[in-house]
Amino acid sequence: MRSPILQAATKYLLPILLLFSFFLLLRGHYYPGGGFVGGLVASIAFVLHSFANGTESTMKLLKHKPLSLIPIGLGISATSVSLPLLFGLPPMTGLWFDEPIPVIGMIGSSLFFDLGVYLVVIGVVLTILFTIALDNLSDKT
Amino acid sequence: MIDNHILAPVLIHLFSAVLQLIAWRKTVTQRIISILGTFLGTLLAIRLLADVYSKGVLTLNASNWEAPFGIVFVADLLSATLVLLTSIAGLAVSFFSATGVSRQRMLYGYFPIFHFLLMGLNGAFLTGDIFNLYVWFEVIIISSFVLMTLGGRKTQLEGAVKYMAMNILASTFFLTGIGILYGITGSLNMADLSVKIQQVQNQSLVGITACFFILGFGIKSAVFPLYYWLPSSYHTPPSAVAATFGGLLTKVGVYAMIRVFSLIFIPDEFTRNLLMIIAVLTIVIGSMGAVIKTNIRRMFSYLIVCHIGFMIGGIAMFSKIALMGALFYLFHDIMVKTNMFLIAGLIRQLRGTMDMKKLGGLYAQYPLISLVCALVLFSLVGIPPLSGFWPKIYLFQAAFTLDHYAFVAALIIGSFTTLYVIAKMWAEVFWKDSPDDVTVEDKFEPLPMFRKILLVLPICILCLVTLFIGLNAEAIVQLVDKISTQLLDTSPYVEAVLGKTK
Amino acid sequence: MELILIILLGMLYAAGVYLILRRSMVKLLLGIMLLGGGTNILIFLLGGIVKGKPPVIAEEAKLFQDVFADPIPQALILTAIVISFALTAFAIVLLKRVYALVNSDDLDDLNTPEEEDI
Repeated sequence: MRSPILQAATKYLLPILLLFSFFLLLRGHYYPGGGFVGGLVASIAFVLHSFANGTESTMKLLKHKPLSLIPIGLGISATSVSLPLLFGLPPMTGLWFDEPIPVIGMIGSSLFFDLGVYLVVIGVVLTILFTIALDNLSDKT
Repeated sequence: MIDNHILAPVLIHLFSAVLQLIAWRKTVTQRIISILGTFLGTLLAIRLLADVYSKGVLTLNASNWEAPFGIVFVADLLSATLVLLTSIAGLAVSFFSATGVSRQRMLYGYFPIFHFLLMGLNGAFLTGDIFNLYVWFEVIIISSFVLMTLGGRKTQLEGAVKYMAMNILASTFFLTGIGILYGITGSLNMADLSVKIQQVQNQSLVGITACFFILGFGIKSAVFPLYYWLPSSYHTPPSAVAATFGGLLTKVGVYAMIRVFSLIFIPDEFTRNLLMIIAVLTIVIGSMGAVIKTNIRRMFSYLIVCHIGFMIGGIAMFSKIALMGALFYLFHDIMVKTNMFLIAGLIRQLRGTMDMKKLGGLYAQYPLISLVCALVLFSLVGIPPLSGFWPKIYLFQAAFTLDHYAFVAALIIGSFTTLYVIAKMWAEVFWKDSPDDVTVEDKFEPLPMFRKILLVLPICILCLVTLFIGLNAEAIVQLVDKISTQLLDTSPYVEAVLGKTK
Repeated sequence: MELILIILLGMLYAAGVYLILRRSMVKLLLGIMLLGGGTNILIFLLGGIVKGKPPVIAEEAKLFQDVFADPIPQALILTAIVISFALTAFAIVLLKRVYALVNSDDLDDLNTPEEEDI
């Protein structure tokens, strides 16, 4: 059963939640937040969409399979983990740009690590949920 | 000494896995990346061992946080040797998987997960932080769950349920132990813990915590009352996966036990006796199980259980010679057990079955392959001068000096049943004529030469390593001697991690 | 506060152990999850409970001035929760597949005899 109220609300909630998740991602270095929580909020946005409009339409909205986010995210994280090795520092050391960037603030390799985590979490959560949801669909037919 | 490159064997597998995920569904590319990655990993591991051998214990403070506040990675001789053996086993399995694993499984991501497993193993060996060890254990078990269920045959899934339940339970025990340990000492760094645990007033609480660790690692390393998940799951996945599991996963449990009991909880009378009873019963039960099984892999599963007892017994005696025996056996066992499951996989390719009743005539048809297999099997039994023989001398010597006659008896029982079981297998599989009523389904013969080599080569590599361990026992004994000195006197380890201030 | 948590902890462990000893696969999983939750609370408890003092440092301060909650147990619990989330998700999918194949929730039905091995 599809609820029109939920559908209408999701239309506005989806972008707001995504924006909020990005906000959590960016503030995560010194304050509560970070890649994992941000990723969860972002995937909840898509889960809400799939509750309102059905899993198929969410998959259409995403265009690509969420699975493809995992290697991208892992790649970004792995690179930011091992990048300090090139500068003779232990892995995972934060490398920072000297000048802050407007709106975002200081940018360092830990932000890219978090960004990787963010993408991986979205990818993993959506893959798991779609797998379970699509399994149920195929069971019914 | 601080060395920022000791994590290289971990990172190489992470990057291989990421590249393979990017090459999703391109199985040929994945195979090439896997072989290249494991080969590079082996080279890096050799370098790591050489460095540790010449320079002493190496450490790395992740993200430049000083110990004991940040996560430390420590490569002492034990870790470095195990990383090298893991890498060699990984290289062999990666060669074997290129042909031995079905394309269907590769499409579902066999290779990336395999590399995550290797990454987890290397990380677990290298970490110097007890909670980080837990995290690496979880990386290992999540990857092993996926590897075990890939393909989704009914037996596989049935085995996976038991495997999953017991391993999650083990992790819970381990985590509980860590929680209590943190509660009583306020530290998670293993070197720091080894200093702080002696200052704890309430030593009986420390003993209880040690029991949690015995439970957690005991389930993982499949010792006597906790081993049931192993024989009911290890015979189900494809042989390449079973080889990684049989060779390495239980050994991580043994490694963790050695590490924790040499560094944090120095075994007292009670712990030693407990471990000794566990060891004796593990050997006896494991050998009894191995005798009655007719399926090769089920038999091997019980042999794993049986031989874990040898190492646990060595830890239980906790003298220098006993530890030398246990460590030597650990190194030998990783190579031989991996190879045995690969041989089981090869037999499956040759005959389409792994049931000894339906097998036979392999020696007549493939004399050279049989010769290699014979060398491996003899090493397992411990025919001098092959690799299984030397550690047993040390174990016997230690057991006689410390008057552990029950363990001597168990060692003899274990060795003889291994001999009996392997002789039975040799007779049934290789010597006996092929039974008439069974139709042979040979998948090996029609394969192109290149793929045949990919199947046989890893077995030969591991066989050569086993021969090296056996025939070059002098060098290994020196290595093991150094390691057991490091284990009994942990001050170099603690100094390397915490600095010389204390 | 500690006492309540200790009682809760005991109940979680007891319920978890009870459920693990059942023969149903779903109850086994629930039991493992409860045990995991109990363990998390145990870590939380052992880290010491300090009411209303989050370990977040003020903007202008460089050091903590007074008593604050130990952040490490919280980090450990967070990690453990993330891990158990992944494990549970996997386990649920696995149990679903097993149920579809075996058509039974009973752990005793998961024994394919040795004769059917390959």
